[in-house]
Amino acid sequence: MNGQRNKPAVSMAEIKPELERLSRRGFLRSALSLGSLTMLTGCDLSTHSGADAALESILRFDDRVQAALFSRQHLAETYPASAITRPFRFNAYYAEWQVRSVPDNWVLSVGGLVADRRPWTLQALMALPQQGQITRHICIEGWSQIGQWSGVPLGVFLRRVGADLSARYVYFKCFDGYSTSIDMASALHPQTILALDFEEKPLAPQWGAPLRLRIPTKLGFKSAKNLEAIEVTNKYPGGYWENQGYDWFAGV
Amino acid sequence: MNRHKTGRPAHPVAIRIMHWIGVYAMGCMIFSGWEIYNASPSLPFLFPRWTGLGGWLGGALAWHLSAMWLLFADGIAYLIYGFSSGHFRRDLKPPRPAEVGHDLGAALRFRLKHRMGHYNAVQRVLYAGVIFAIILQVMTGLAIWKPVQLGWLAGLFGGYPIARGIHLTIMFGIVAFVLVHVALVAIHPRTLKSMIVTVPTETEESP
Repeated sequence: MNGQRNKPAVSMAEIKPELERLSRRGFLRSALSLGSLTMLTGCDLSTHSGADAALESILRFDDRVQAALFSRQHLAETYPASAITRPFRFNAYYAEWQVRSVPDNWVLSVGGLVADRRPWTLQALMALPQQGQITRHICIEGWSQIGQWSGVPLGVFLRRVGADLSARYVYFKCFDGYSTSIDMASALHPQTILALDFEEKPLAPQWGAPLRLRIPTKLGFKSAKNLEAIEVTNKYPGGYWENQGYDWFAGV
Repeated sequence: MNRHKTGRPAHPVAIRIMHWIGVYAMGCMIFSGWEIYNASPSLPFLFPRWTGLGGWLGGALAWHLSAMWLLFADGIAYLIYGFSSGHFRRDLKPPRPAEVGHDLGAALRFRLKHRMGHYNAVQRVLYAGVIFAIILQVMTGLAIWKPVQLGWLAGLFGGYPIARGIHLTIMFGIVAFVLVHVALVAIHPRTLKSMIVTVPTETEESP
C-alpha cells in the first residue's frame, strides 16, 4: 500500500466512468446566454459536450494542483468567541423546515478499508478525545461565517477504527440524503473533526445532529451534516454536489 | 528621416496574439465571475442572467477555474515579453503629471491625435493601470480561492471577506477600462485593424 501514498489523489482512469456520467450534466446549461455565445464564437455550437469534457478535465487538473498546495501544517485561522457570527446561517440542499430529526437508535456505521467495522454510538464517540475550534465556514457561493464546533478529530477516529491511512478517499453518507467525500490527507488534517457540539451545546438538528463533519480547510459543502456512515475507500465516491459539477477537492 | 512610417509594426505579432488570448480569457473570467457573484450577491443587485457564463454556479466556477490558467499563462508571457523586448520601457514608461494633464485635456476636447504604435500619456497611464489591476486581480483571486493554504496572501488583503470585496471592486475597474478602451477603438477604428494585421508605426502625426 505504500506505493499509493505518492500517487495523485485522482487518476484519470479511475474517474473515467464518473466523467462520462457527469458529461451529461451540461456546464453550458444556458447555452443561449451572451457569455457562452460570445465565448464560443468560432466553435461549433454542436460540441457542447466536448466543451464540458474539457472543463471537466481542467477541474481534475485543478484538483491535483489543490492537492499539491495542501499542507497538513497550514492551519485555518482561528478566532475569539466574540467573532462568532450570530445569527448563524442555515444552509443545506433543502429548506430549513425540511430538516430531518435524528433516527431512533442512531449509530454511526463504519465501512470500507478499516479493521474494526463495529458501529459507533454517540456515547462511544463522546468518550474519545475531543477538540474545539472557532473557524470560518466558507461557502462555495462566496459568503462566509464564523462558527464554533467541537468533537473528535477525524484522524483520531480513523486510527481508532484501524483505517487504511494510505487509502485515497473518506466518504461520508448522511441520513438526509446528502453525501460527500474528501482526500485522506485532508481527513488527517489536525482541524478536521467529527463535530458533536455547536457553540458548546450538542448539535441541534439544523446544525447536523447528532454528528457532522467539520473541515475548515475545505468549502462548506464538504462539512456534511447528519452523518450516518463513514467509508474508507480507494474508489472515487463522489458526493451530492460533486456529482452535479462542484469541484471535488474544494480546498480553501 | 522617414517622417511618417517606420518598418516597426504598430503592434508586434506577439502582442497581437497575447492581446486576443487575453480578451478571450478575461471575457470568460468576467462573465463567469458575474454568474458566481449572482449566487451570493454582496451588493444590492444581480447581473442579468443572460450575461452569465456557465449557466449555474457549478458551471460558472468550472469556467472561472479553467480560464484562470489561460489568463495566468497569457499574463506571464506578456510580462516576460514586455520586460525583455523593451515594450514596457518604450511604450508604457510612466509619464510626468504635466504630460498626463496635457494629453488628457487634449483627449477630452477630441484634439489628441492618435499615432499608430505611439502611446500618449493617457494611454500609458490607462494601460499600465489595467496591467496592475489584472495582477492585483489574480492575487486577490488566489487569496479567495485558497484563503487557508495561501493564508499569508489572504492576510495581505485583510482576510477572506475583504479580499472578496476587493476582487469584486477591481472587476468593476477592469470593466470600466474595457468600456473606455472599446469606445476609443470605435472612435478610431483603424486601431482595431492594427491589433489584427501588421500596420506600420507612425513616427509623427499621420498624414
